[in-house]
Amino acid sequence: MAAAVGVGQQWVLVEMVQAFYEAPAYHLILEGILILWIIRLLFSKTYKLQERSDLTPKEKEELIEEWQPEPLVPPVSKDHPALNYNIVSGPPTHKITVNDKECINFASFNFLGLLDNEKVKNAAQASLKKYGVGTCGPRGFYGTFDVHLELEERLAKFMRTEEAIIYSYGFATIASAIPAYSKRGDIVFVDEAACFAIQKGLQASRSNIKLFKHNDMVDLERLLKEQESEDQKNPRKARVTRRFIVVEGLYMNTGDVCPLPELIKLKYKYKVRIFLEESLSFGVLGEHGRGITEHFGINIDDIDLISANMENSLASIGGFCCGRSFVIDHQRLSGQGYCFSASLPPLLAAAAIEALNIMEDNPDIFQTLQGKCKRIHRALQGISGLKLVGESFSPALHLQLEESCGSRENDVKLLKRVVDY
Amino acid sequence: MERPAAEPGAQPRANGCSGAAHGALRNGYVRGLPAPDTQIHHIVHNGGLYKKPFNEAFEETPMLVAVLTYVGYGVLTLFGYLRDFLRQWKIEKCQNATEREEQKDFVPLYQDFENFYTRNLYMRIRDSWNRPICSVPGAKVDMMERVSHDYNWTFMYTGRVIKDIINMGSYNYLGFAQNTGACQEAAAKVLSQYGAGVCSTRQEMGNLDKHEELEKLIARFLGVESAMAYGMGFATNSMNIPALVGKGCLILSDELNHASLVLGARLSGATIRIFKHNNMQSLEKLLKDAIVHGQPRTRRPWKKILILVEGIYSMEGSIVRLPEVIALKKKYKSYLYLDEAHSIGALGPSGRGVVEYFGLNPEDVDVMMGTFTKSFGAAGGYIGGKKELIDYLRTYSHSAVYAASLSPPVVEQIITSMKCIMGEDGSTFGKECVQQLAENTRYFRRRLKEMGFIIYGNEDSPVVPLMLYMPAKIGAFGREMLKRNIGVVVVGFPATPIIESRARFCLSAAHTKEILDTALKEISEVGDLLQLKYSRHRLVPLLDRPFDETTYEETED
Repeated sequence: MAAAVGVGQQWVLVEMVQAFYEAPAYHLILEGILILWIIRLLFSKTYKLQERSDLTPKEKEELIEEWQPEPLVPPVSKDHPALNYNIVSGPPTHKITVNDKECINFASFNFLGLLDNEKVKNAAQASLKKYGVGTCGPRGFYGTFDVHLELEERLAKFMRTEEAIIYSYGFATIASAIPAYSKRGDIVFVDEAACFAIQKGLQASRSNIKLFKHNDMVDLERLLKEQESEDQKNPRKARVTRRFIVVEGLYMNTGDVCPLPELIKLKYKYKVRIFLEESLSFGVLGEHGRGITEHFGINIDDIDLISANMENSLASIGGFCCGRSFVIDHQRLSGQGYCFSASLPPLLAAAAIEALNIMEDNPDIFQTLQGKCKRIHRALQGISGLKLVGESFSPALHLQLEESCGSRENDVKLLKRVVDY
Repeated sequence: MERPAAEPGAQPRANGCSGAAHGALRNGYVRGLPAPDTQIHHIVHNGGLYKKPFNEAFEETPMLVAVLTYVGYGVLTLFGYLRDFLRQWKIEKCQNATEREEQKDFVPLYQDFENFYTRNLYMRIRDSWNRPICSVPGAKVDMMERVSHDYNWTFMYTGRVIKDIINMGSYNYLGFAQNTGACQEAAAKVLSQYGAGVCSTRQEMGNLDKHEELEKLIARFLGVESAMAYGMGFATNSMNIPALVGKGCLILSDELNHASLVLGARLSGATIRIFKHNNMQSLEKLLKDAIVHGQPRTRRPWKKILILVEGIYSMEGSIVRLPEVIALKKKYKSYLYLDEAHSIGALGPSGRGVVEYFGLNPEDVDVMMGTFTKSFGAAGGYIGGKKELIDYLRTYSHSAVYAASLSPPVVEQIITSMKCIMGEDGSTFGKECVQQLAENTRYFRRRLKEMGFIIYGNEDSPVVPLMLYMPAKIGAFGREMLKRNIGVVVVGFPATPIIESRARFCLSAAHTKEILDTALKEISEVGDLLQLKYSRHRLVPLLDRPFDETTYEETED
């Protein structure tokens, strides 16, 4: 029995030796090298990252001694125009006291005049008595109040969309919404005159930014065509690259509106999603104040995301995004300004709800506002030396110098004199 | 300097408060001695930078628990794949919202895999988060009841209100979230005078006289030359760090920094390197290497080095080792940015934050940032520092130029509560709150440790993370505590590492001893029910662990 087993083993051994002889030479050499390499790795000492230089500790000490950093902030000259703010005493309503001088207020974004509306203030007072001032937590951790839920529902109903989401700061709204959808590798076509919050959102998203000339649909179409031809070269990548157009309803930097109907046509032709920023046009344009979609009569579902801040027409603080649930719900987990920041104080939410009530009950205030805008626009047209920039129905206008004085500093000084007078 | 050992008869000092006579604090607390088997770590090296013991501990995860946690996640992932498969083949109804019909041929907005975790793991325990409340977030809170008939995909409000839930989740450290009292009356007056909003940015018409008053008060409170206030804490970090550093500068940021600091650092365009959480040797190594080797590839010297740390880290409950950081900062000539979001008002014998807790000079910290949401019961953020710094920020900060300023009633709330803490309104209410918080912290932590839970963090931090580890226990803990009328916050991945999910308690000066005792009793009950008492009293002493070279890490963004 044992002999048979021994023979069996020997048999296997013979086979092995035979295979060894029959194997091709390169195979054996390769295996030999690999075995030697493994033995070397097993026995060599583990290396850390190799020191990148051969400096002695003494030299290092000297380098550390010698290094002088720049000052944390560069010095600011004492007469920098932005250094001393204008102090406003009292509420910033239509008549405003700036630096102890009473003026008519053409500088605040209080378009509907709801800042000192008694009903709004009373609603805020009631909320203050019930909830106190702060919410002491982000939305996920006991910071969701019933007023927030109510405000979101009301906004969604007002704008006739499925869902709305509230942020506690207007700037953070669009700056958190864009990076939630557009990531590295995605493409965003944005207008040149986009506001600063949009620019920061784009920077945070790390996507490819393509700027098109302000309100120039021909330029945008050119960029889209270029992108299409690139896509055809690499269809697999194109299938996962998301594309967005970011525009504003009423541009803060120039005062004109974006040509939304043409944008919708481009959207379906080139399969790009539209994000609309309506901070200035919400509560201003349209028959009922629903913004630029109502102004142009466009189906609101055609826009993927509408974002606005409540600091202009609604005379509160904060911002909101509205759209279909499919789009908006994603921000509840990935909007940085929503998840990692405390929620809106309830009194401001209550003030916004009351302001919405007023907007819904009195749709004629929008006509009044537009009438006044047109009047001012006509009245300011004829001033020599100054050019009026902005649409006739836009409540935010720019007065620009017709001819430049030569240097930017002199221009700024001249404009400041106009302002100070 | 010789450090004296803790004498057995010494009274432990809570939070540096010297305290009045024995038992003179509210709610009949009696100071006890530390339990005989706790280790008090004295910082022997560093030449006695710490004036009192720095007790921080992170007990190691028990091996069995770690294995079971991974198994748990594995099972959930398998089920997730199965459900996705069923949904794809329409065997199971898909309750996700879907794309519009007209846009079905667009590039999909979300990758399917990105949302795998959300769809299959988060959805199951979604009812532990976003709980709606309908009263002031004080020590007890009223919650709106909600039920789900389709496993958390949609919620329905029954209309009932669950009253008097003990609130251990809100950041209400000093108890200023009130709807009655001096703060609320002052805010109401300002509201009727000024209105709710501001409708303008700071540099334009948004700078009210109230804001100027607030900034002077903040500067006095912190002990710095000058300060500036902003409308949102998150925006303070993300808008001001880019104003301070830019390309060619280096940012050294802690591993566990908050999202706002990370976003601010990224937006600035500087190089970012990360050092291990609260690990001073790692920080020193990074500093040395940075100065000696300069910028990568070009070898030019760095323009500035900025160290970003937080006062209290809200997920770990640990306090930054500020004396050592300041010593390092001075030695290597770098700048320090301290984010005191959770520690202002909560640490220090008079609530001035982590700088006062360690007995240091506020002028050593270059940029002191903080928020008003937590201890002051309001909203917004501030930055304090030297006059040149604040002047520069007034002109160049993005937040001042483009974003709205603080709302007037909120400003008034901050002013009133800050004056109360400083004692300028004539009462000792503020000081009592600070002391009460310190006592609550010590008591709560000690009792939880005695029960056998694993608690992370520093002895003096009012943020108490209790380790749960297993994914199923996250949901179970939240629900069981709610059944017993206690509201807690549970956190899991991705806010924490995947196996270290935890429940986080935020203590408040508004919690009385009775409330804490009730809560502790219920926590113990739930802990027995869910078998959460993992601790084996084997605290890993943080400082006795020798520094080994492999803890050095470099990441460049």
